[in-house]
Amino acid sequence: MQQTVEFHARADKALHNPQIRSNFRYAMDGLMYKRKISFPDLDELNLLRLRSAEIRANSLSNLPELLEQLEARCNENGIQVHWAETAEEANGIVLGIMNRHNAKLLIKGKSMVSEEMELNHYLEQQGIECLESDLGEYILQLAGEPPSHIVAPAIHKSRQQIAQLFKEKFPDIPYTDDVDTLTRNARDILRRKFYEAPVGLSGVNFAVAETGTICLIENEGNGRMCTTAPAVHIAVTGIEKVVEKLSDIPPLLSILPRSATGQHITTYFNMITSPRKPDEKDGPEEVHLVLLDNGRSRIYQDEELIATLRCIRCGACMNHCPIYTRIGGHAYGTTIPGPIGSILEPQKAGLDQHGDLPTASTLCGACAEVCPVRIPIPNLLNRLRFERVRQDQTGVTRGQGSQRNPWEARIWKGWSWMHANPAIYRLGISLATSLRGLLPKRLGAWTSVRSAPRLAAKSLHTLAREKGFDHE
Amino acid sequence: MSLRTTYPKLPGRVYFFGTCLVDMLYPEAGLAGMQLIRREGVEVIFPRNQTCCGQPAWNSGYRDEARKVASAQMACFPQDYPIVVPSGSCAGMLRHHYPELFSGTPQHNAALAFSERVFELTEFLSQVLKIELSDLGKPVKVALHVSCSARREMGVAGEHQALLQQLKNVELVEPGRKEECCGFGGTFAVKHAQISAAMVEEKATELVATGADALVSGDCGCLMNITGHLDYRKENLPGDHIASFLWERTNATDS
Amino acid sequence: MSDARSNILGRLRAGKPDLPAAATPTQIPLASWDTQGRVEQFRNKMESVRAEVHVTPRDSWLDLLRRLVAEKQISNLLYAPDGPLGDALSQAWKSQDQSPLIARTAAVDEWKEELFFNVGGAVTSTRWGIAETGTLVLWPTPEEPRSFSLVPPVHFAILQARDIHDTFADLVEQESWHRGMPTNALLISGPSKTADIEQTLAYGVHGPIELIIIVIAENNAFPVT
Repeated sequence: MQQTVEFHARADKALHNPQIRSNFRYAMDGLMYKRKISFPDLDELNLLRLRSAEIRANSLSNLPELLEQLEARCNENGIQVHWAETAEEANGIVLGIMNRHNAKLLIKGKSMVSEEMELNHYLEQQGIECLESDLGEYILQLAGEPPSHIVAPAIHKSRQQIAQLFKEKFPDIPYTDDVDTLTRNARDILRRKFYEAPVGLSGVNFAVAETGTICLIENEGNGRMCTTAPAVHIAVTGIEKVVEKLSDIPPLLSILPRSATGQHITTYFNMITSPRKPDEKDGPEEVHLVLLDNGRSRIYQDEELIATLRCIRCGACMNHCPIYTRIGGHAYGTTIPGPIGSILEPQKAGLDQHGDLPTASTLCGACAEVCPVRIPIPNLLNRLRFERVRQDQTGVTRGQGSQRNPWEARIWKGWSWMHANPAIYRLGISLATSLRGLLPKRLGAWTSVRSAPRLAAKSLHTLAREKGFDHE
Repeated sequence: MSLRTTYPKLPGRVYFFGTCLVDMLYPEAGLAGMQLIRREGVEVIFPRNQTCCGQPAWNSGYRDEARKVASAQMACFPQDYPIVVPSGSCAGMLRHHYPELFSGTPQHNAALAFSERVFELTEFLSQVLKIELSDLGKPVKVALHVSCSARREMGVAGEHQALLQQLKNVELVEPGRKEECCGFGGTFAVKHAQISAAMVEEKATELVATGADALVSGDCGCLMNITGHLDYRKENLPGDHIASFLWERTNATDS
Repeated sequence: MSDARSNILGRLRAGKPDLPAAATPTQIPLASWDTQGRVEQFRNKMESVRAEVHVTPRDSWLDLLRRLVAEKQISNLLYAPDGPLGDALSQAWKSQDQSPLIARTAAVDEWKEELFFNVGGAVTSTRWGIAETGTLVLWPTPEEPRSFSLVPPVHFAILQARDIHDTFADLVEQESWHRGMPTNALLISGPSKTADIEQTLAYGVHGPIELIIIVIAENNAFPVT
């Protein structure tokens, strides 16, 4: 299949790129360590994970009601709520708001949903400048690359690469690879843009139904800038980000930053409940909330796969994934990479589009061990492996059965027949052990880096019988 | 099925589920496992009709095929004896995934009852048999590789370690990044061969860096993967299943 | 589009899974400190992310602020004349002080250029603090708009020790936030920072480069810096 070829090609390219290998190894080791030391009390961690999972599962159980409540509260407070079934619709909504204000510049805080929408590309085609203000995203925008990690987007780039990039794009600023100076330069460049921009865009970390509050997590201050300085603020979110109560927020805020980067809390936690009120002196006059479905309501239909939607986008799973560490984020070819990407993206776009991702895992379980909301990722990967080759079409997953290969199916049928028939199995083993000298030394990809396994002279079945353990 | 918090009293007899990899490639490990148990006075029954836990098909998405094989396995172990398995991965399949595999079928309750009886070998030796081991071997430095299933699905990393630490002449070392997967993953090693190769390369390097004389693991999939690569690299680090290793170190004569 | 709305809600309702409700929510044990401990915890956490914390008795916070502003050579100090600190600041500032006070009450749109490019620092009150995470909680008001704690490169925050709560969970519950949220509620836990370049921490990105907190202690039993 084409997408198989493409995934393998991208993965191979990354595997043979020493810089990708060392950047990601270094970064993931660091993030794993920082997370570990930020949770010194394993009992506390366990309770926090249980609570966070409950909160998210509860939200999902009541999702339609909570979305309605969120909308009602927001409307009462003056936040305009828009619904979009597809990314295209969502883009259209944003464009509509821009056009109503004759705005030609949109300044963006970090938003994975806006990446999913491919909003920048869409608006640019309409003659609107879309500027990233998160430092990592800004760097990538300069380089023309997508993010490779959901929390640390420019993780694949070295300091020198970034310094070189700045020099190319801003020839008047002297070359520097000093991190503080680079950061200060970016601050100065973007300050003027915050000042000028007529419209700001943000994502949403959590939306509280009880009070109609949009919550944003960040360290840099650009999120606050985008939601304070321009006259219009547009927030875009997937429909699954809603939580029921304000009291649900503290546990999630306690676990997310630590899971993500080992920080006890992020610099800013920004809670927005209305646009500027008549007597207030700053803040946007208009606040919009765009609720995007884009396949989530379909995932919602399945009792097991719904757990995918619990995700709070912390990135801990990919930080701990041995496959992600080696191939990096771009190899996945999806907006969200890593373990969560491997279950989410094939379900959204279809197993015909990303059918390989659920197989690109050893099911080691490192991800599930650290997921703050206890998503059983290996179980869901396994479930998607079933969905991708299922024969009937009675599931809800998009692209179900699209990866079924008649040869592979026959092999497993044969395997199953042999292993469900003990006499046949024993015959097979007996033949294999007697003919073991004829086993080829070269077994495809296995033996390109390993010597061939050696079949034993006597199987365990034989030895068990000889030593008196055998039983009918 | 969750990790065990309590263990049963010493049984009079147990079943042994050898696993297909042990059957074909490491039968001495399976034999050693059974002998270790029998030496403690517990009768070990190896049902002749067992074949494979079905995990290869289950992990490939062929659930009907896996179910047929799983059903046949359950029929081999009818009595209410513990089922001891010399593999974290296969034990995990039998204990945690059989109930899922049979969910919504008439065999679901049977699968639940079956999975309750499953023990990984080191768990059984350590927690149920409470085995006491006397080391008869020469001093040796041993690197332990705990499979992801043993560590996370069965929670028996501690049991692997505890058994080896009983051996007075064994210096136990652990590799750097010990919790990271070796890259086997069953069909993953074939389907995503390059990524698997990158993972086993790094795992092997970490193991060699310990300066160990020997590698020990509780899972033959990992063992086959890692020793296959070590051999290819002509490294001088042979590997053994933990059952073989424990039996060799504590058994006075060959049997 | 109301079509999108009804389609989405329709699909969610049709597919609503039969998930068991959580019996009783898992209880998270919350940390707590005595009054002094709270201040120390707050200080430790803030200092760990390069915020500056000074604990001072009530009668000396203004002198301390003036001293810090002079030491740091802040070009001018923005404040809210009608805010909680307004009177005290207006009276305390001397004409010979190097850094003049700037009083602004107009909507920010009218003096945006000045705010962005000609303000050296700002001073604001704070509503609460959180000890566990070293956090300031601001509910900006018409008098002290949110831009004050965001745009100028230096933010001086005045916090009363008695307003520090143990944890965020406590604060939300004890102060009944669910009864009504302001336009904007802010948790500020340090000067702005990033680790986007090679995972190396750099301070002072888009928010303030420096955050200086003056904690007003109730009595002189506190160790004062």
